[in-house]
Amino acid sequence: MKQFTSFVRKEFYHVFRDPKSLLILFGMPITLIVLFGFALTNEIKNARIVVCDYARDAASQQIISRLSVSNNFSIHQSIMSHEELESSFKSGNIQLAIVIPAHFNDDLLHLKHAQLQIIADASDPNTATTLTSYAQSVINSYQQELRSYHKSGLQIIPEIRMLYNPELKGATNFVPGVMALVLLLVCVLMTSVSIVREKELGTMELLLVSPFNPMMVIVAKAVPYFVLSLLNLALIVLLSVGLLGMPFQGSVLLLFAVSSLFIITALSLGLLISNSTSSQQTAMLISLMGMLIPTMMFTGFLFPLENMPVALQVIANAVPSKWYYSIVKSIMIKGLGFSAIWKETLILLGMTIFLLTISFKKFKTRLA
Amino acid sequence: MRTLYFLLRKEFKQIFRNKALLPMIFIAPLIQLLILPLAADYEVKNINISIIDNDHSAYSRKLLKDITASGYFKAVGYGNSFQAAFRQIEQDQADLILEIPAGFEKNLVNEGAQSLFIAVNAINGSKATLGASYLRRVVEDFNAGIRLSWMPAGNDQQVGNDQQAVIETVSSNWYNPFLNYRFFMVPGILVTLVTMICVYMCALNIVKEKEIGTIEQINVTPVKKHLFILGKLIPFWIIGLFVFTVGLFGIGRLVYGIVPQGNLLLLYGFLSLYLVALLGIGLLISTYAETQQQAMSVAFFFMMIFMLMSGLFTSVDSMPAWAKFLANCNPVTHFIKVMRMVLLKGSGFADIQFPMLMMVGFAIFFNTWAILNYKKTV
Repeated sequence: MKQFTSFVRKEFYHVFRDPKSLLILFGMPITLIVLFGFALTNEIKNARIVVCDYARDAASQQIISRLSVSNNFSIHQSIMSHEELESSFKSGNIQLAIVIPAHFNDDLLHLKHAQLQIIADASDPNTATTLTSYAQSVINSYQQELRSYHKSGLQIIPEIRMLYNPELKGATNFVPGVMALVLLLVCVLMTSVSIVREKELGTMELLLVSPFNPMMVIVAKAVPYFVLSLLNLALIVLLSVGLLGMPFQGSVLLLFAVSSLFIITALSLGLLISNSTSSQQTAMLISLMGMLIPTMMFTGFLFPLENMPVALQVIANAVPSKWYYSIVKSIMIKGLGFSAIWKETLILLGMTIFLLTISFKKFKTRLA
Repeated sequence: MRTLYFLLRKEFKQIFRNKALLPMIFIAPLIQLLILPLAADYEVKNINISIIDNDHSAYSRKLLKDITASGYFKAVGYGNSFQAAFRQIEQDQADLILEIPAGFEKNLVNEGAQSLFIAVNAINGSKATLGASYLRRVVEDFNAGIRLSWMPAGNDQQVGNDQQAVIETVSSNWYNPFLNYRFFMVPGILVTLVTMICVYMCALNIVKEKEIGTIEQINVTPVKKHLFILGKLIPFWIIGLFVFTVGLFGIGRLVYGIVPQGNLLLLYGFLSLYLVALLGIGLLISTYAETQQQAMSVAFFFMMIFMLMSGLFTSVDSMPAWAKFLANCNPVTHFIKVMRMVLLKGSGFADIQFPMLMMVGFAIFFNTWAILNYKKTV
């Protein structure tokens, strides 16, 4: 035991005497929380639109003033020709154009039928559809007002309640994702690199010929990252509650218990990588190229998983952070207990056992 | 010149003899480019709706039929209890609950108004807003249908039209008429992959020589500082160009059918500049780091921020002013923007003048800083 603690002490020194590595350990979660809390949003605000108003009459003025009130749009300028429209789109200055043809009001009053054209820059399809539907709803509400004289009763009033996140903050969705991302990456990256480093520098040989059980050498390597990850988790939770005003509905103890399991999953993944590679460069590239983007994508906090092709949804099941993300959402935001997350927990447990078995099988006490 | 040639030969040999590294440089990015765009689809469809029908009338059934027929919704529950439906939301099986109160049809006809209760799982705010607005639209259409059926007898189509002025909106989607999300994602993902390879490889490569100690041997040769740096940068510049080309034509063109609309020469010109700026960043990191672990940590930290702030996943325009300023200080933002503009919209030189200028600035700034900071002495 005394041997073990001194090994753990050695590993802690490794970490703390390297301030640049601490940057990634503690700088990253803070930066991510700030970015996701304040800078990044899926909403579309202040989109630059132009209005091509060939009509210049009462109805077109009405529509333009309604559009300019909405904070989804900022009316950029008024353009009078189609050529100008094209070049504005190409220079990326505008995202949406609304063309109101001449005699708009006359058509509306006398023919009872007027046309409007909405042109969207669909090189960004998501923004294009969202903006088009925003613009359409502005026009629809104007139309409703025109008709209001003819209201015939028979009105259905939908009452909509937004559960869990009534202010529709982006952070509610992102914070659990950031937690999963940070814990997974920090653990996988740092453990795999620190073990391979000893191999590369040749100090692993020294450790392996010591009377200490070689398996314990590896376990001792994982301990500091386990402790630091828990600290990290506490930091993220504190920041998201204190700074972003996120709710914390469920049990803190349960969250930390399940997170410990997730951290162990990640550590064993890091262990597996370090056992299969011999140079730091390779270990890093595997953990970064192989893990960063897939983790971001398949966790489900950036893109909805249910939209993916079935094959990818199956692959996503193999990404541990996907399960952890769902657990964190259940505990933190929905305030559910263990009965709601036992399935995910079991899956994480299974993954951990699987990864540990393989990496212990691959672990060699002899060099080359 | 001869010195540089030998240095380059050494670097390329080092890269090509590392059997573990090669697949990470050439194959992993391409596989990611093949798979990831399939995953990055933001369109909201297949919204799971759980329906509580306390009315069981002709109207409520018609409404349910309209909802499932709209194509956006998939009914995952149909029952009488709110508790059961709410449990579905808790377990993420349902995104929306629609509760039709008892007496829905009767009240609607007799009293002229009736409310419906909709509860949305709003953890993902943007998805919730869209889902709710789709549902509202279906309800509105249903409502209009009912009103029409209750119009006084003898009211034919023309009279109906006479009462209501209709504004018809025609929307067209330029540059990507089928709203193919992959057209948007492939250029962006390609940029991040090239960026990651160049920055990591460049940063790690020099630090590795430091860590192993071989840099001392180079420091005592008559090789000039700038030649040594050039010898380190040029191989990665070429690898960057190569990976980009394979990604653009091999995968973007052949697999995803993205036909470049703009001038390719312009794109490659911008890419060359961009790579110089990136390698400058890698070099800068390597001059500050002592070990590979440090270099990787620092590189990773900045890459993470660069990627998130680049507008790859979320729009830069929606950011607050301070974040927009930061995004403009990020080379990745500019290249992703230029890629999308040139590839999809066919923008010309005049349209990308500003990002081009910024990129020249970045390239000069990072490389000067890195070279000033690199010392041949220990």
